[in-house]
Amino acid sequence: MKIAVASGKGGTGKTMVAANLAFTLSQTCQVTLVDCDVEEPNLHLFFPAPATATDVTVPVPVVDEKICDHCGACGEFCQYGALTVLRDRVLFFPELCHSCGGCTLVCPKIAIHEVPKRVGIVTCAIPLPRLNLVSGYLDAGSPFAVPVIKAAKTATVRDSLVIYDSSPGTSCPVIETLDGCDACILVTESTPFGLHDLQLAVDVADRLGVPAGIVINRSDGKDQATLDFCTNHGLDVIMTIPFERGIAAIQSRGDLLCRVRPEWQKAFSALYGKCCALAGVD
Amino acid sequence: MKICITSQGSTLDSQAEERFGRAPFFIIVDTETGSFEALENQFAGGSGGVGPKAAQLIIAQDVKGMVSGMIGGNAREALLAAGVHLYAYRAGGTVRDALDRFNKNTLERVA
Repeated sequence: MKIAVASGKGGTGKTMVAANLAFTLSQTCQVTLVDCDVEEPNLHLFFPAPATATDVTVPVPVVDEKICDHCGACGEFCQYGALTVLRDRVLFFPELCHSCGGCTLVCPKIAIHEVPKRVGIVTCAIPLPRLNLVSGYLDAGSPFAVPVIKAAKTATVRDSLVIYDSSPGTSCPVIETLDGCDACILVTESTPFGLHDLQLAVDVADRLGVPAGIVINRSDGKDQATLDFCTNHGLDVIMTIPFERGIAAIQSRGDLLCRVRPEWQKAFSALYGKCCALAGVD
Repeated sequence: MKICITSQGSTLDSQAEERFGRAPFFIIVDTETGSFEALENQFAGGSGGVGPKAAQLIIAQDVKGMVSGMIGGNAREALLAAGVHLYAYRAGGTVRDALDRFNKNTLERVA
């Protein structure tokens, strides 16, 4: 069972939901929690533990100037402008390269080979007896989050129960996180922005064929617009968390709602049950 | 000598364009004869990497000077590596005005 927690809008409570869901499940079974928000990973703040790190690399081209005759085929092929061919040399702009490998294929002289370039790390930790925490960290200045997310997901491919905490938005990192998941939880809030971005996120999940359930966080009771949207789109609101200072205080000191107030574990267990129902498994 | 001026249109009376990689046209002018040729920039609407792609196009034209409002880091590196001198024109006038100022040597050479 693979569950993604996404949102559209940032700051709605994805990490809060993912952390509490994983904590609750770890009371009774083995669970893996994956921080796919690699530009700003923060799950480790809620689960501090020593971690081991592995480098994430992507292949980038190196041109052998002894073989290259500067025919320009690679520069013409590269859709990203990463290779500029001059009369006497080839300029490579690594931050534009998407690691597609096309330049190595089109080079008639076979003058291009690839070398690994580090773009981030993936760390693994065991903060609780039945909880594995895997976190992706994108290196500062590296523009591509997807390879790091992919590496974090690959590290958990054999785990049977995995929760992926996504980055906000609806672009490539979110799509990479959602891809292949059995269900996703979309966390929103009772604001016009929350609803607007929820609509975008619902569209993404729909196009990826991942069944989605909605969590309304920081609910002030004025959720009618969100509830109407869900009704109109056949979406279930699978949890509502009230707008409450006490809950915010627990979260902001790095603690977990389900640890401080164990009665919430029942609600998060029920949330997991609803995710299983969305995915069509018992 | 051949120079290139970024332009919004295809003639000397078109507005000069301040952007380099996303300029709709590149006007290639022979400063000795005043004859010119307009190259449509096929990369103007691209999603990324348009600077070095456009630079490659200009380098192939064998120009010695590039006149534009501002040129990004990657394109700048590619043009300089090819021995093209870079000049700034941000007066908001026509291509002809930019050319006049280049000929009078009043444009700031940025690299």
